[in-house]
Amino acid sequence: MNTIKRVPWLGAAVVVSLAATALMALVIAPSDASQGDAQRLMYLHVPAAWLAYLAFAVTAIASVLWLVPRTRSITWDLLAGASAEVGVLFTGLTLAMGSIWGRPIWGSWWEWDARLTTTAVLFFLYLGYLALRRAGGSPDARARRSALAALVAFVDVPIVHFSVNWFATLHQQGTVFNAKMQVEISGTMAATLVLAVIAFTLLYGYLVVRRMELLRLEEGFEERELARAIAERIAQESPEMPAGVEMETV
Amino acid sequence: MSERWAATSRLWRESVLVAGKDLRIEMRSRVAVQQILAFGAIVILLFAFALDPSRGLLPRVAPGLFWITVLLSALLAISRAFAVEAENGALDGLRMSGLDGAAVFLGKTAAIAVQLIVLEVVLAVGVFVLYDVRVVGLLALVPAALAATAGIAAAGTVYGALAGGLRQRETLIPLLVLPVVAPVMIGGTRAFEAALGGTTSQAWPWVQLLTVFAVVYVTMGVLAFGPLLEES
Repeated sequence: MNTIKRVPWLGAAVVVSLAATALMALVIAPSDASQGDAQRLMYLHVPAAWLAYLAFAVTAIASVLWLVPRTRSITWDLLAGASAEVGVLFTGLTLAMGSIWGRPIWGSWWEWDARLTTTAVLFFLYLGYLALRRAGGSPDARARRSALAALVAFVDVPIVHFSVNWFATLHQQGTVFNAKMQVEISGTMAATLVLAVIAFTLLYGYLVVRRMELLRLEEGFEERELARAIAERIAQESPEMPAGVEMETV
Repeated sequence: MSERWAATSRLWRESVLVAGKDLRIEMRSRVAVQQILAFGAIVILLFAFALDPSRGLLPRVAPGLFWITVLLSALLAISRAFAVEAENGALDGLRMSGLDGAAVFLGKTAAIAVQLIVLEVVLAVGVFVLYDVRVVGLLALVPAALAATAGIAAAGTVYGALAGGLRQRETLIPLLVLPVVAPVMIGGTRAFEAALGGTTSQAWPWVQLLTVFAVVYVTMGVLAFGPLLEES
């Protein structure tokens, strides 16, 4: 309880792989024939999107593991929470970067493309989940509530995707997005993308471990403070106790 | 065989009991009629102010405005359905009553759905009168509305129960429910557009989507409500 997990080696791996990704993406990889330098945003956008989906899948799995009585442990709840936080962050980044990329390529900040719209709904779904996590109550009540909410949200993802897909395709045939993504990538570009995905996955692991650690410490904080306050009160127990304070209630 | 029949009929009886209780509370307090219904009506009126009735925009966007209004009013009904349980330790009473969690879920969902259907009828009349909408394709409109209502009520009840016991309930429920019911918003609007546009056949895929949504969330609720009620 008192030792803090810091995983410095993982942190170092993240820094090195991200630096290598930056070098590859900005300097070594050639600029795209049709999109120019704007295409370089893909090296961040694609891994960020991958991370977002990975994070929400981990949240769902951890929630199931909490709900199954045999594997129930506070660790799964903390993992679900930490993973969802990182997921929401990267969903937001995915949307922001997609938008920045869309401006020069599509000529607009936003298109009602199926994937974009699904991601936006996903962002708000899990924002709600995080708000629900923070709404107080005992750790057990919070874990139960959050685990069920994570599953209810997760079930919605395919329905949202399906309905948005229909909605988008009925209104605009053949989006630019799909056409552009068909462009074959190879060589340095592919290598850069693979490296970026690895770097981001390491980053995900690092952030989740640290967030879990923080959540665990927050969890223990209240108990420890309470124990300390009680010990203090007992220690200073004396005839002139302040009026209105009843020891029995502590 | 007879045992399963007995269990089903018990579930049914208990659901009706819970739904009856909730509807009786609404009948007596008149909050649904005096406040939620009035809220929906004023929203319909405000949309007309926002979208300048003289430009002929209103009939075209009426389906979307109708469903937005239903969703916003539904949020109030959902909050209300669980605010009632939070007072006077009513939820403890419900837990101790020995009622099946699934029955509590089905009953509360049904009560919300009934209120929403009444609301939708009133709003539909309002839209018809104020927005100059020609009503055609009732054969598709009614099933679409019923499926969408079931979906909103079921998803709303699940989230209402998740957030119901919390102090932040009023602000949490809208944030939780609105993203989840996004498919209902899309499906309901498109189905209504197709039906009102005279192309009823195009409404059916959306009605199917709405039905799938409703079935998924009713199932989720039936499965999840037992553990949900245990939460303290």
